[in-house]
Amino acid sequence: MFEAVAFYLFAFLTIAMFYIVVTTKQALYALTALAAGMIFISAFFFILGAEFLGAIQIIVYTGAVMALYAFGMMFFDTTRDVKEAQGNKFIITGLATLAAVLVVLIVSAPIISENITAYYPALPEVGNTQEVGMVLFTKYLVPFEVAAVMLLVAMIAGIVLAGKKMDLSITLMNDAEIHDMKIDQKLDQHKKVLS
Amino acid sequence: MESAYLIETVIKIVVILLVFSALAGIGTYFERKILAFMQRRLGPSIVGPYGLLQVAADGIKLFTKEDIIPAGVVGRIFKIAPVITAATAFMAAAAIPFLPQFTIFGYTVHPIVADINVGILYILGVMAVGLYGPLLGGMASANKYSLISAARAAAVFISYEVVTGLAILAPIMMVGSLSLIDFNEYQAGGIGNWIVWSQPVAFILFWIAAFAETGRTPFHLIANDHEIIDGFGTEYSGMRWGLFFIGEYANMFFISFVIPLLFLGGFGDGSFLGALGLLAKVAFFFFFFLWTRAAWPDVRPDQLMWLCWKVLMPVAVINVVITGLVMMF
Repeated sequence: MFEAVAFYLFAFLTIAMFYIVVTTKQALYALTALAAGMIFISAFFFILGAEFLGAIQIIVYTGAVMALYAFGMMFFDTTRDVKEAQGNKFIITGLATLAAVLVVLIVSAPIISENITAYYPALPEVGNTQEVGMVLFTKYLVPFEVAAVMLLVAMIAGIVLAGKKMDLSITLMNDAEIHDMKIDQKLDQHKKVLS
Repeated sequence: MESAYLIETVIKIVVILLVFSALAGIGTYFERKILAFMQRRLGPSIVGPYGLLQVAADGIKLFTKEDIIPAGVVGRIFKIAPVITAATAFMAAAAIPFLPQFTIFGYTVHPIVADINVGILYILGVMAVGLYGPLLGGMASANKYSLISAARAAAVFISYEVVTGLAILAPIMMVGSLSLIDFNEYQAGGIGNWIVWSQPVAFILFWIAAFAETGRTPFHLIANDHEIIDGFGTEYSGMRWGLFFIGEYANMFFISFVIPLLFLGGFGDGSFLGALGLLAKVAFFFFFFLWTRAAWPDVRPDQLMWLCWKVLMPVAVINVVITGLVMMF
């Protein structure tokens, strides 16, 4: 009984949150609703007994959406509405059709899923965390390592992009040095304009 | 059985809410008294004996103050931000075993709301969500100081979450479980079995990160009074501001429970003495939060980032690697 109540409550909340994400014009509403929706999804993991994935869902997505907030802070005045460019009508129609087809597929999925059995059924005597670890380091070792390498590549790329003048620290310089640096930069710009 | 369990859980939730809301209020009294003692002042002394009723006076003031929503703020986010801080602080408490189990009128009580297998991850994750309060409050306030504070909240969150996670990874590897009850049982043999002796580095790192996560003084940048007024709290008034306060103090108490449970033996073998010991450790860690506030200045934001990424994180990674090697061979 509790499971059913919790499922329908969180299903409603999650869908409502993601509906706000795509319809609102206020960047702060969209981001907050996204964070809330991501956290509400963890409830489904808890209901299914996958508490490790539930906790990870909370930790990973709070951090991820927090980074989006940082971008929102840099690019928008988040207290004002964003004026959106009206897109192509055909794209909207196409996406709506696709969504309708997907809904039909999702609803009809249980008919097919009755014939599916799990490769690695959850064992009641082994903890959830241990099971995830077992599968991750045996069957899915290669995808796991590839994902790690991709993240490393992304991190190095990010450092290279952001790392110009990293040896300079404005907080450690005195005012005269900062002034000199600014003048140098202006001279460089002038040279570029002239050439 | 089912209904008994339900009633027990509801009672536990209500007791935790009441006790820690009250403690958050009394915590402010302790803070003012201890800071006053260390700075050779008197602190609150007018209202009631030793100024004890100052807490009630402050509470009445906060409750009856006008709830101002300034023009230009994003109303709904502005209103919900303090609730997030306070609510997540208490949600995190659901997985903390506050005392060993005890029997009252022939009924065994486990003083933990939900003994889930991933207790530590859950507590840290939900406490981290609490930083959404300052972030949202700062971003919705339409105030430059609040926005700076929100940016700092995001930076602190993204960096110190890494240190906390890596620091507790080494003890988790040793215990082989994410449940705080298992952690307690692992250390139940006495002082010699405490994890702090085998993982001193992880202990210090986690302690430092706890200051950043609760936003206490050496890392009190999110609402630095002498720099950015009150940061995210600048535009708030009345009980909404009070909710931020309750959240901060409740978080301090809960993290003071988590540190002894993880590293210092928790409630030991579960005897009455062990329970008293846990409360004494909690009191010490709470006192330490106040002690540092009286003794240390705040660091700059760039120093905070430097400390996190160039000192604490490499040390934590090395600690994990060494622990792994020792366990392997």
